[in-house]
Amino acid sequence: MKAFLKHLRYVLTENPVTLVAGSMFLMLILLGLFGPWIVPYDPLASSPAALQPPSAQHWFGTDQLGRDVFSRVIVATRLDLTIAIVAVALSFVAGSVFGSIAGFYGGWADRIVGRVTDTIMAFPLFVLAMGIVAALGNTVENIVYATAIINFPFYARVARAEVNVRRGAGFVQAARLAGNSDLRLLATQIYPNVLPPMMVQVSLNMGWAILNAAGLSFIGLGVRPPTPEWGIMVAEGATYIVSGEWWLALFPGLALMLAVFCFNLLGDGLRDLIDPRQRT
Amino acid sequence: MANRSTLALIGGRVLQAIPSIAGVIIVTFVLTRALPGDPAVYFAGPAADAASIEQVRQALGLDRTLPEQFLIYLGDLARGDLGQSISTGRPVVEELLRRMPASMELTLLALLFSLSVSLPLGILAATRPNSWIDHLCRVIVTAGVSLPVFFTGLFLVYIFYFILGIAPSPLGRIDIFYLDPPKITGFFTIDALLDGDLDTFGAALSQLVLPAITLGLFTLAPLARMTRGAMLAVLSSDYIRTARASGLSRSTVLYTYALRNAMLPILTTLGMVFSFMLGSNVLVEKVFAWPGIGSFAIEALIVSDYAAVQGFVLAMAFLYVALNLIIDILYTMVDPRIGLEG
Amino acid sequence: MTDTTMTPTEGAIPILSIDGLNVDFRTRGGVVHAVRGLGFDVHRGEMVGVVGESGSGKSVTAFNIMGILDSAGQVTGGKVMFRGLDLINAPESALRQIRGREASMIFQNPRVALNPIRTVGDQIEDVLRRHTTILRRDMKQAAIAALDAVRIRDPEDRYNAYPFELSGGMCQRVMIALALACDPDLLIADEPTTGLDVTTQKTIMDLIQDLGRERNLATVLITHDLGLASRYCQRLVVMQSGEVVESAATMTLFTAPRHPYTQKLIRATPRLDSRLADLTGEARAAGSVSAERATTSAEPLLSVRNLVKEFDSGASTGWFARLRGKGTDATPFRAVDGISLDVMAGESVGLVGESGCGKSTTSSIVTRLLDPTEGQVLFDGQDLALIPAAGFALRPERKQIQMVFQDPTESLNPRFTARRCIADPLLRLAGMSDAAAREERVVELADMVGLPVDLLGRFPHQLSGGQKARVGIARAISVSPRLLILDEPTSALDVSVQAIVLNLLADLREKLGMSYLFVSHDLNVVRLLCSRVIVMQAGRIVEEGPASEILSNPRDPYTRALIDAVPHLDMDAANRLAKAEEPA
Repeated sequence: MKAFLKHLRYVLTENPVTLVAGSMFLMLILLGLFGPWIVPYDPLASSPAALQPPSAQHWFGTDQLGRDVFSRVIVATRLDLTIAIVAVALSFVAGSVFGSIAGFYGGWADRIVGRVTDTIMAFPLFVLAMGIVAALGNTVENIVYATAIINFPFYARVARAEVNVRRGAGFVQAARLAGNSDLRLLATQIYPNVLPPMMVQVSLNMGWAILNAAGLSFIGLGVRPPTPEWGIMVAEGATYIVSGEWWLALFPGLALMLAVFCFNLLGDGLRDLIDPRQRT
Repeated sequence: MANRSTLALIGGRVLQAIPSIAGVIIVTFVLTRALPGDPAVYFAGPAADAASIEQVRQALGLDRTLPEQFLIYLGDLARGDLGQSISTGRPVVEELLRRMPASMELTLLALLFSLSVSLPLGILAATRPNSWIDHLCRVIVTAGVSLPVFFTGLFLVYIFYFILGIAPSPLGRIDIFYLDPPKITGFFTIDALLDGDLDTFGAALSQLVLPAITLGLFTLAPLARMTRGAMLAVLSSDYIRTARASGLSRSTVLYTYALRNAMLPILTTLGMVFSFMLGSNVLVEKVFAWPGIGSFAIEALIVSDYAAVQGFVLAMAFLYVALNLIIDILYTMVDPRIGLEG
Repeated sequence: MTDTTMTPTEGAIPILSIDGLNVDFRTRGGVVHAVRGLGFDVHRGEMVGVVGESGSGKSVTAFNIMGILDSAGQVTGGKVMFRGLDLINAPESALRQIRGREASMIFQNPRVALNPIRTVGDQIEDVLRRHTTILRRDMKQAAIAALDAVRIRDPEDRYNAYPFELSGGMCQRVMIALALACDPDLLIADEPTTGLDVTTQKTIMDLIQDLGRERNLATVLITHDLGLASRYCQRLVVMQSGEVVESAATMTLFTAPRHPYTQKLIRATPRLDSRLADLTGEARAAGSVSAERATTSAEPLLSVRNLVKEFDSGASTGWFARLRGKGTDATPFRAVDGISLDVMAGESVGLVGESGCGKSTTSSIVTRLLDPTEGQVLFDGQDLALIPAAGFALRPERKQIQMVFQDPTESLNPRFTARRCIADPLLRLAGMSDAAAREERVVELADMVGLPVDLLGRFPHQLSGGQKARVGIARAISVSPRLLILDEPTSALDVSVQAIVLNLLADLREKLGMSYLFVSHDLNVVRLLCSRVIVMQAGRIVEEGPASEILSNPRDPYTRALIDAVPHLDMDAANRLAKAEEPA
């Protein structure tokens, strides 16, 4: 643990970008948790002061119904993050389990999992997500499921490949000789070594998941007005761009971009952090 | 001799696409039939009465068993029948075919833009590690994948249309003051050129530039990232060391030895990039009111025009499978080792 | 004595002259001095060996001569003069003219040192086109001639081959053809035989030697193998952590090594007549073993009968795929073809052969990691082949048979400390659920294998190769197995570490009364530890008998080739070489 903290400090000081990304991540989480209590206005309350540019009173201006854009952007953090985190968690767990089984046992298990991932990957993923949401019904839960399904192949493939290269490794054979059952081998010897690449995948995918979910709501799927959500806010603001009311779309778009950027930066930092070979 | 084996390899690749196509067909079938409630209601559209729902039920064979329905579905597909679009009242296939050139023109130009920026950028960054171009590449790569494509599009519109006024209004393929060029390929720019009408060409191109850049920017990042990474990996490989130890010229080492090997992972990434591209295409079309199949699908989604959405998903999937097939064939031609695995 | 240190070309101007060379590497941990004050000369027609263990800076030296050091490395002092030209200060364009034309280099791992997606002929032509004025229409003929010169059969066919279609030995021939295509004066061979089979090693080294003589080349052989160097080089430069510790004619170096490190290295390199105790030079405990000592009983502990193992040749994801080589035809491949062998209680038996001969498959079956296709594995009279490998881990018999793996790095879980690695079998097999008792046993085991107790908390990447080997051995003996399989336990180690590990293994066997099945490609090493040797080729046993007898009087031609090919410190050979090079 001490070595871990030392390494953590090394990674953070060696690469200040990771430090910045880490603080941004922390801020996002805090906003997600406490957003509704810290905003100055009710995100749903309209007022006569519609389409006001940013001012001291309304930092991000007001929208076409006079709602405070700043409050709406902050409050939306929770919904956007929740969709992405739940979706990624679902595909992470499913991908880990099925990918590991496919990589470890090979044969039929491998062929079935391979066929399923290949079939999902045969679609342009965003289009498949559109199709799934359209079929399952236009709700937020179905956005989560659709995002989880299109993310699943990435996790299953990483887990499969990483387990597969390790199942014949000397240390796994040695553990077999030490009397470990297959399941224990997979859980205690192999999977912990597969975790680092999986975590990097998580943090890179998280950004992509947020983008996908926001993209779906941008085209009118899932989240419905007046719920504050970044994608739908950009969609609503889009109409006003051509007439110069830029703040409606800019701030939610910027929030979206920063969140994704933060996760992508974190992905690179995370790789350094949990790769024990780099810990010296 | 060599030609025949190459042909056989390509044939093998085509055969390998069959499971993907089968998968696509099964998934789209399941998606339609796994609808909660009565699929006939969905297909008939929100405004349908009991009689028309019953009519749709008959037409789709929804009163039969699932395997029978699947066979009917296969038969319809074989005849190119994707059903009727409720919103336009015309066959879905016809609608898709009519709009396909618009989407293709946009996507291809975006791809051209993306490749012509990302490949040189990645190569330069890899050959000059820690130079300013390497840093630039890294910034672009990380920022690029973080940009929501609809957001980029909107702000390009804001800057170039609203503030600078150098871009035309983001509404469709050609300004309303111009007539569509005579239809030959369906690509307005090419058709205008074939027609010798430079004004129309300019008008079509100016409409095309912003959406194509928007779409290209999004795919530029993964390509540049992979180009840089693949070049770095190849440049530190043993055979590059051999080539350098043999005193080969810098350009031979870089292009004949390094780049050709680096093309393999880049080609693989290109498959993923196409997936991103076809997906983001939908968003870009919405932002720029581009009359392609993406806009069609969004309109259909809003009015619950189910057959149209399914047709769109299927068309996109087939297009994607075809693009992947092309990538596979290119890969086979670059890498002689592929034949052994086949 | 002083006369023999004279090289045949003494007095002539050396073709390559290195003087006071310093090379630094910038790493995360600071600046590493990879090479310090290096100096030696090479003349036309001689082969100079640069010998050192891993990390000695010998490869850095080679890259530096060619000016292909990667960007982290930097020359901070000294001179490299090649035919009067200072290579260190020469512009890159001048160096490019020299590389491949006047000075060439061949590398280890020839299969990855060639461009995988370019034909062999094209790669040779690239070099010819760059450095010669051969006309386009004669190019193909010249490339084929280059292949012919390195004695590749059917060079016309090989011209169109890709590297992946050729064996490792064949790829190294192509590398040599590439290097010598433009008739250079200097050839640098960086571990040219590492990763090749012993018999292939010999043919490649013989080829390099012959071509060197034919063309009056100056050759620098960079190697970790003192035996190999002694066989082919007139002069040796011994390096240790970046510095030259000794430099002398081969005979002088062996008969009168001056530096303690050289002495240690010479001692640790097995010779035909060396005994285990000689390797470390330390007096072993009284009554120490020798392989010949008969401590064995007449009862076989392990009897393998008619063992057969077939692998599908089709697309398989099996972890033994690598053993199958390139065979992709439909008939199943017989890795082990009906072998029978015995290991008596307390006996140490060597199983020797080249890669692909089936020795590793056999050991995996005996270890019950793999199921045989046919045959019996009788252990103490019980047929273990009847228990499927998949469930064997949970059987009480698991304790009886353990294994020491080939690569100590790869066989330790990177996320487990040394302590946890050693304790794992205690917990799973010996049922020691009490943490304190387990810790006591781990410390006892660490002590037994000579691993300092304070290293137990470290992760594998924080341990040296020798320390990792000790952890692997401690883990294997932790549950007191009766049969220990040693799968090339020292092939990934430096010779000085190998000497220590071999001695440790001999001591442990004596102390614990285990039986060993020692799997190796190196007869010289096997002989040190085993009284009886079994030689395998292509899945069958070709010869079997007492180690001393097989080495001194092999009956099978394959065994003879194998013994002949293994490089060892051979005074006679060095002597012959010295005589042959004597100027008329």
